Amino acid sequence: MNELQELYQQVIIDHNHNPRNFHKIKHPSHSAKGHNPLCGDKFNIFLTIKDDIITEISFTGSGCAISKASSSLMTEALLGKTVTEAQKLFDLVHNMVTTGLANAKDIGKLAVLSGVHKFPVRVKCAILPWHTMKNALDKSTQTAITE
Amino acid sequence: MSKLDINKIRSDFPIFADKSLIYLDSAATTHKPKQVINAISNFYSNYYANVHRGIYELGMKATEAYQSARQNIANFINASDWRSIVFTGGTTESINLVAYSWARKNLKTGDEILITEMEHHSNIVPWQLAAEETGVLLKYIPINTDGTLDLSNIDKLITSKTKLVSIIHQSNVFGTINPIKKIINHAKKVNAITFIDAAQSIPHSHVDVQDLDCDFLAFSGHKMLGPTSIGVLYGKTELLDSMMPFMSGGDMINSVTMTESTWNDIPYKFEAGTPKIAQAIGFGAAIDYINDIGIDKIHDYEQSLLKVALEKLKSIDELEIYGHQTGENGAVISFNLEGVHPHDLAQFLDQDGIAVRAGHHCAQPIMNKLEVSATIRASFYLYNTEEEIDKLCASLRKTQSFFN
Ligand SMILES: Cc1ncc(COP(=O)(O)O)c(C=O)c1O
Repeated sequence: MNELQELYQQVIIDHNHNPRNFHKIKHPSHSAKGHNPLCGDKFNIFLTIKDDIITEISFTGSGCAISKASSSLMTEALLGKTVTEAQKLFDLVHNMVTTGLANAKDIGKLAVLSGVHKFPVRVKCAILPWHTMKNALDKSTQTAITE
Repeated sequence: MSKLDINKIRSDFPIFADKSLIYLDSAATTHKPKQVINAISNFYSNYYANVHRGIYELGMKATEAYQSARQNIANFINASDWRSIVFTGGTTESINLVAYSWARKNLKTGDEILITEMEHHSNIVPWQLAAEETGVLLKYIPINTDGTLDLSNIDKLITSKTKLVSIIHQSNVFGTINPIKKIINHAKKVNAITFIDAAQSIPHSHVDVQDLDCDFLAFSGHKMLGPTSIGVLYGKTELLDSMMPFMSGGDMINSVTMTESTWNDIPYKFEAGTPKIAQAIGFGAAIDYINDIGIDKIHDYEQSLLKVALEKLKSIDELEIYGHQTGENGAVISFNLEGVHPHDLAQFLDQDGIAVRAGHHCAQPIMNKLEVSATIRASFYLYNTEEEIDKLCASLRKTQSFFN
């Protein structure tokens, strides 16, 4: 198996085909749009935060397999986490996709994204949903959501 | 297959010493034959000097080579006067030159500029900015989803308000060759100025500016075997004469006093500063290279490659080709493979040494029309082969099965 096939292993292909939490949340407390104008990837991240805990998280949009799988895996990883834990995981993922280094215990299933660091042009694909999530946390957009 | 001595041609391009490279991105930029590289290197090594200045021998030699490149390019597009050839940094700069020195000076509220939805961003944004500043309305000829222009309402789009019509000759996304002569004739009826973006057509086909009778036309050296950072603005001499300079400084003036300056003659009026001497000489050598083979032969060869490529790509299940349904098209094919995002696909093709472009190709209005975020684009030139098309198809099938 070459490095590319290693990156696009079963987990990525699976999440690309069957993204988890791939829908809109009706009344999210936080949301943000992520757009990569260079490649056209576009995602929306929705969160409901109650007492500092992420009780709901989902996404919509389109992009390459890496960005879509990263979004999907992110929603799984963050459900039930506190806002502080989410910020911390952002830092770990950011570090992992740029250096390839990660502590298996902290990163869990997200380790499948570590191979991205070997393809520098794709790092932005993997990190886009995470930046979007961070933007959503930084700024509540409750009032900006119109349906 | 229409015949070219493909082995000889490929051996002229140092990059293809790497036998594993399959380069299918010539619509973005082309590789350079050693004849072009050597011409540039010879200039720097043996007769480098500034032009239009030195009284000494080297300066005269450099000036001669620079001027002969200009004449060469004039001949290539059948311009009757070398003074019509303004050297610019490329198509983008050529368009901006006209947007600043002509459009901003001659247009006013109530006037209209007409372009198409098929344009490269470089033939949209300069007009948007000029329109905004002058209060001019920017209108678009719509495209059909089959990659052709919708000219059904052309009489309503080109009216007495239309002062400038700027159109892409060959689409960098679909390869569509637009009926520009017909559109130019419409524009002439209302005395609108016409501008042709020929960045994708001139490298691949014979374009004759006298036959087209357009007012302006632009193209880039790097898309036709020449160096980067050089291109041409062709303009009718009386128009160029009437225009104000774009940039100012040295080389473009006749006399300078503390209070005023008078402009040099065209084309120098538009070439402020030390010119792109090495680039122009390299561009001239690229034209020589093309002429030695023959642009019509190159065109025919590419057409036969295109036919084979379309046939083979169409045999792949769930591969959608955009455009190429009717009319005349250049050897540029945009497509998508169901279930594989173009960026993932390009990455897998790259693994097999195949360079294609994935993205919006600087033509977001087209992507919106097709309702896709991106496509894969394979584009061909005189150095590509049928064997490379086979390898592309094999790699596509392999990637398809990996993802499904
Ligand atoms: C149709 C068309 N117009 C304009 C341009 C811009 O050319 P340049 O980047 O050389 O200025 C391109 C290049 O991609 C093009 O394809």
